[in-house]
Amino acid sequence: MEEARAAFLAVDGDASYISGGQSLVPALAMRLQAPAVLVDLSGIADLRGVELQGETLRIGALTRHADALTHPLIARHAPLLNAAAPFVAHPAIRNRGTLGGSVSLADPASEFPAMMLAMGAQMEIFGEDGFRRVPADDYFIDLYQTALEPGDILTALYVPSVGPHHRWAFDELARRRGDYAMVGAGILAHMDGALVESARIALFSVGSTPVRAPGAEAALAGRLLDAKTIADAQRALDDDLDPPDDEHIPAAMRRHLARVLLGRLLQRLGETP
Amino acid sequence: MSASPMSDFLPVTLTVNGTAVSRMVAPRTTLADFVRTDLQLTGTHTGCEMGACGACLVLMNGEPVHSCLVFAIQADGAAIETVEGLTERGAIEDLQRAFHERNALQCGFCTPGMLVTGHAILEKGGLPDREHIRDALSGNYCRCTGYEAIVDAIERALREREGCA
Repeated sequence: MEEARAAFLAVDGDASYISGGQSLVPALAMRLQAPAVLVDLSGIADLRGVELQGETLRIGALTRHADALTHPLIARHAPLLNAAAPFVAHPAIRNRGTLGGSVSLADPASEFPAMMLAMGAQMEIFGEDGFRRVPADDYFIDLYQTALEPGDILTALYVPSVGPHHRWAFDELARRRGDYAMVGAGILAHMDGALVESARIALFSVGSTPVRAPGAEAALAGRLLDAKTIADAQRALDDDLDPPDDEHIPAAMRRHLARVLLGRLLQRLGETP
Repeated sequence: MSASPMSDFLPVTLTVNGTAVSRMVAPRTTLADFVRTDLQLTGTHTGCEMGACGACLVLMNGEPVHSCLVFAIQADGAAIETVEGLTERGAIEDLQRAFHERNALQCGFCTPGMLVTGHAILEKGGLPDREHIRDALSGNYCRCTGYEAIVDAIERALREREGCA
């Protein structure tokens, strides 16, 4: 990793790390980026592997999207990743794309970065002063801008394991399967029967970063998950969002879709035993 | 004169369709261009060259990947199989026959990628329903057929392999 950092820094930032390359190579092909040097991280063994460390799942940055679908530890301990994976691109892309790459890029329309927020994950980063961990809530800063400094390497994702009282739901609204979502969301709730003790809600494709919905979360906390609570959370969600107004999807439409999606997900949370 | 980092050639050793291959390649040569140009295996097609159309799919260590999104040097040590390899070892004979009989192609440009995805579906086994076949094919574009015949052909090959044709 020292060697990779040195290679990156040697060209004054005119470099890019590459792992799966499923977002980077299209960006190069379209001439959106033209770094002089590509530093391939895919041979670094420390970036591989999925292991349970106590109550936390360590997911190496090179873990592929396809593994999020099939890895038993991910399915058991980080089920939101498992639930999101079928919506990420297409099968052949998932065979190469990495979770670390996706979270490093932090595309505001992509699924895995938002799930880091929903799961309350921490990003492990190797940089100038060695390793540090950054909570998801502090990691996403602005459009494609994260806590990663030039030369930093995202090494692993640390996800708190779900317990018997957790329930979760994920879905997105897209025009075609595999397309970027118009709006998407994941919820991880701690529940006692029908009582919501606490919930983390993260949405994507609603702004320049993946966003949490503190208002909707507060509307759920300490309440029975019934029709009134769901309606209150949907209303509160409006203040959590400030979606962009673009020519394809007006802001009002995104707000509407987000409300509808939240309602569906909460309904589903209530139905799962 | 100092060469720019991009112009230095690097060695790559891999197996392609079962044959060991060693070459010097430019670091930014894609695997798609490498198999088509250096190895003259032109069955792999380059369509969008940005991972959307699926015409360039090859098997990398047994799994379908977009060869336009892999640099040849990233395939160092890998086992690559192209549509030519699958054809020569008879691995997709039934699938190709089903495509032919069902007219599951018109211009044929997307067909190599369709066959690679179809092969992956067949290798997985079982009898996935049409919805699942369509989902598995969602990264393969065909601008001619409307997909119905392609799904039919894959479904037929699946049924034949499961012995319930």
